[in-house]
Amino acid sequence: MTPQRAASVFAVQVWDGAASNQLFAAGTNATFDVHEQTFGPLSLETIGADFISVLEQSGLTGRGGAAFASWRKLAATDKGRGGALLGAKPVVIANGAEGEPLSFKDKTLLTHAPHLVIDGLLIAGRAVSASLLYIYTTPAAMASVQAAVAGRRDARKIKVTEAPETFISGEASAVVNSIVNGIALPLDKRRRLSESGVKGRPTLVLNVETLAHVALIARHGVGWFRSVGSERDPGTRLISVSGHCAAQVLEVEGDASLASILGRAGVDRSDVGAILVGGYHGQWVRPLDCTLSPSGAGGQVIRPGAGVLHVLSTGDCGLEATARILSYLAGESAKQCGPCMFGLPAMARVLNEIAYGAPDPSLVGELQRLGNLVGGRGACHHPDGALRLVASALETFSDDVQAHLSGSCTRTLRRIA
Amino acid sequence: MSQILHIDWTKCDGRGLCTELLPTVLGRDDWGYPLAKYARGGDRTNVEIGPRDAQAARDAVSLCPKLALSLAPQ
Amino acid sequence: MDNAMWAFGRVSGFASLALITVSVLLGILTRSGRPPPGIPRFSITLIHRNISLLATVFLFLHVGSLMLDSYAKLTVTDVVVPFLGAFKPFWQGLGTVAFDLVLALMVTGLLRQRIGQRTFRAVHWFSYAMWPIALAHAIGNGTNGTSKWFLVMAAGAGAAVGAGVAWRLSTNFLETAKARAGALR
Repeated sequence: MTPQRAASVFAVQVWDGAASNQLFAAGTNATFDVHEQTFGPLSLETIGADFISVLEQSGLTGRGGAAFASWRKLAATDKGRGGALLGAKPVVIANGAEGEPLSFKDKTLLTHAPHLVIDGLLIAGRAVSASLLYIYTTPAAMASVQAAVAGRRDARKIKVTEAPETFISGEASAVVNSIVNGIALPLDKRRRLSESGVKGRPTLVLNVETLAHVALIARHGVGWFRSVGSERDPGTRLISVSGHCAAQVLEVEGDASLASILGRAGVDRSDVGAILVGGYHGQWVRPLDCTLSPSGAGGQVIRPGAGVLHVLSTGDCGLEATARILSYLAGESAKQCGPCMFGLPAMARVLNEIAYGAPDPSLVGELQRLGNLVGGRGACHHPDGALRLVASALETFSDDVQAHLSGSCTRTLRRIA
Repeated sequence: MSQILHIDWTKCDGRGLCTELLPTVLGRDDWGYPLAKYARGGDRTNVEIGPRDAQAARDAVSLCPKLALSLAPQ
Repeated sequence: MDNAMWAFGRVSGFASLALITVSVLLGILTRSGRPPPGIPRFSITLIHRNISLLATVFLFLHVGSLMLDSYAKLTVTDVVVPFLGAFKPFWQGLGTVAFDLVLALMVTGLLRQRIGQRTFRAVHWFSYAMWPIALAHAIGNGTNGTSKWFLVMAAGAGAAVGAGVAWRLSTNFLETAKARAGALR
């Protein structure tokens, strides 16, 4: 559970069920030839602004964490362009930054299926009449992305830039800031990026997995895409599974049940203490009878965030794990916004006292008071993500909190100071 | 007509001038940063300013030592 | 008439320097975020601004009257380009430097919303250079510059500004320093 980068994990386990082997259908380290043989050629000339309505019908949502309807982002960028002739040409960025320590599906995708991402970027670029295209990639996939771009005639205008390995380097305005100024820190947002981003142009930032789905929707159509998953969560998504199991990337159908995903990952359910869904900005889940979908009634549905499942074993204390994560998140603050810069370390200290310090019942109230000072007061959602994690820990591990506050930990069977 | 006071947190240094000028709208947190007292829709970065506070809000924008505030029509 | 201009030039120069000294001290105080008892923070900022503008007015009167004075005979070049004066060119040149800096500080101060915080602050740092230069000009050039009473006052002003700068460099300078250090402990 110690925060560390899983950059070396490239074990793609392809589940050979129904249609859940779409993105990696061309196998590992797919070359352009294999890619074209597998998926068929891409007819870019046929793509225009009307592709946005195709995306709308597909119901594709962003796979980078926020799960925003992808077509809306394209439509806003297209609108931000203004007049067809006089308006500034938009910029499209494939966001392959993966600062979340528990996520490695984007590196895996960029390493093994870079051409699918390039296809998606070219398609999105044509749909919004973009003149500048970027791939912003995590260093782990840099070589593979550069080789893929260099090997394609149609990818010549794509610029490849490196994302620093910080937690917030993939936040949309940090992506723009990094490309323009070389500083991967979030910007204040008085204007939307779809109105003014890179060099003041309408800017569209899409996760690389989202673009890979775009590439398949353009080829196979809406009906094909929606044939997997559910009405509210069509298509497939990549999941990075880690923790008390073998680290792996799985492609699962939309609205998949947590239990079935864990089964496919080879996790023994009796070993599971809790699951962290969505990564360090996500939430802890204990009963496994829920599904992963960005929308739907709370209780039975957990938002997948950037597609992270982290397994906590029955012998680990979720409170202690959360305290360690919160300390990490506090350290990853960009230190631009006061409430985040001072609030997160203060919260981390209180949570660490609950987890490891002398029992003090007033600590939970203090943690909630500090959380109330931090929420919604920053240029990006880093503090809000941290709050979500803490709130879910206090709820899911409420019995552990009580145990710690009375001087013992039921998980690690340890007396606390 | 009410307006929106936008706080640029990347510039704000919590010097406290705005909280003095708009005492009914903004308080201060533990570290001195402005804390909206009534956050509409949970938004504590874009704070609603009623007609009565319009002049004080304009003063806050012009006197903020870090130029962290801006006013826009709703 | 000539005597009047000469006297007015001296008095306005003295007034301007005194106001600039107060303005520098208020500038340091407002930077700390701490309000003096009974006066809100924004008032300190407003007083800092208004005293600065008043100091600039006296500075224009100082320079203008000495341009009209038949004895000093300041030329436009003297006012803008330092160290070219006929009488005590070095000490008068310091006055020209301080005057040019005041012009820059005033213009950037008034246009702060337009030019942005970064440019404003870069120029505003020159206040710390402008004040001792102006004081040196007064001592070296002023008719009473080396009089005992003036030197005593100058020493007092120097001690006050020096103490202000020392306070500014101390770790407890910011009003919120303690709370923020606690959060990052």
